Amino acid sequence: MAMENQQQLLDYVIDCLGQLVAAGKVVKPDSDLVNDLGLESVNVMRLLMMLEDELDISIPINILMHVKTPEQLVAAIEPLLGDQ
Amino acid sequence: MGLYDKFSRLVEERQQFQLSGLNPFGTCIDEIYSATEGRIGDKKIILAGSNNYLGLTFDAESIKESQEALAKQGTGTTGSRMANGTFGAHLALEQELAAFFDQPTAIVFSTGYTANLGIISTLASHDAVVIIDEDSHASIYDACALGGAQIIRFRHNDAKDLERRMQRLGEKAKDAIIIVEGIYSMLGDVAPLKEIVDIKRRLGGYILVDEAHSFGVMGPTGRGLVEELGVEDDIDIILGTFSKSLAAIGGFAVGGKQLDVLRYCSRPYIFTASPSPASIASVRASLRQIAHSTELRDKLWENAHRLYQGLSALGYKLGERVSPVVPVMIESKELGLNMWRGLVEKGVYVNLVLPPASPFGMTLLRCSVNAAHSFEQIDAIIEAFAELKA
Repeated sequence: MAMENQQQLLDYVIDCLGQLVAAGKVVKPDSDLVNDLGLESVNVMRLLMMLEDELDISIPINILMHVKTPEQLVAAIEPLLGDQ
Repeated sequence: MGLYDKFSRLVEERQQFQLSGLNPFGTCIDEIYSATEGRIGDKKIILAGSNNYLGLTFDAESIKESQEALAKQGTGTTGSRMANGTFGAHLALEQELAAFFDQPTAIVFSTGYTANLGIISTLASHDAVVIIDEDSHASIYDACALGGAQIIRFRHNDAKDLERRMQRLGEKAKDAIIIVEGIYSMLGDVAPLKEIVDIKRRLGGYILVDEAHSFGVMGPTGRGLVEELGVEDDIDIILGTFSKSLAAIGGFAVGGKQLDVLRYCSRPYIFTASPSPASIASVRASLRQIAHSTELRDKLWENAHRLYQGLSALGYKLGERVSPVVPVMIESKELGLNMWRGLVEKGVYVNLVLPPASPFGMTLLRCSVNAAHSFEQIDAIIEAFAELKA
């Protein structure tokens, strides 16, 4: 799927997260993946795989060092979309 | 914020384990009687959770040579391999490992973890790309992070996914470092090395194989999965440990002539003390046993088949293939903990593995057999699992 803009990518990330977090958790662009959403590391890795499949890119896991929220994740992934 | 505040969730979880009975994480084995038996509290137990695959921890010759080394060379080297910590026995073991693998170079490290850290972090520096199996051991992840390389994961044992990721790299694929394991420690499955070698032949890259759980276990002479599949010429470096089939502690890497240069730039090799003389001596004795006979390996596989078939017949969900590691997959953490305690109560110790240490969020009762288990002991393990079903 081609993501035409940052908002579309953010919506997709939030949609994926909705499938991974516990029922009742509301995912916002600035939600902390671990502290607010209770995402365990195994699910963070699942999220990356979901995005890799959808966007047909490989996402280096190094980016996770600087990512705490969905909007930060989008900012980290966006540059990769042009590369591949 | 307090120094330990960020661990409060972890502390809470661990306290729950401790309050509700025997703690599966850090259980004290009060006495060890043999390679297969010990005591926890007042309960005599069968050890079915070790990585002592060939059952050599109590081998008479290994103990004798280890004791002699202890008496003659002292309790420790107190120094780095780079400085005063290389004794004649360290070099002799390196030569013996190189000869065993029919490779020009072997380097001995202080643990299997530092072998991975020492080799991978040094090669996988900031300008490198590493592609690793998602189910890789923590030492591989840590080594890649320490080196600063770009880390890309591929789906567990999925060669097609690896190929897709190599293709995405374009020209960079030629220099990519692919890292896989022989036998994976949690599910007991093996890397599809033939397919991975085929990818390397077409797209380039280098292959490192961690044979920690497959050394001494697979291959006509016990070298591991690489030997079993006949792909030795295509593998750049084999990594391994002394703490499983070789029944001591330490680690190693074997490879081509150029591998030797890493001694002079690998921080985990340089900035730690070398393995103790006693450990090196017992490893040399154990390596001779592996090299000279298939008897232990054959017995190990007989035991592996017996346990796998027994548990499978009871209806337990197991790993896909017969292996010395037999993971029993449990529906929930709570059930896993109860079953683990039930097994100890029945005189069987296995490892309870919970995420994130286990793959794919699974709860596992990780059983492992060794060559020293008798059929009676294997049957007793199966019987304990049967009683839990009753």
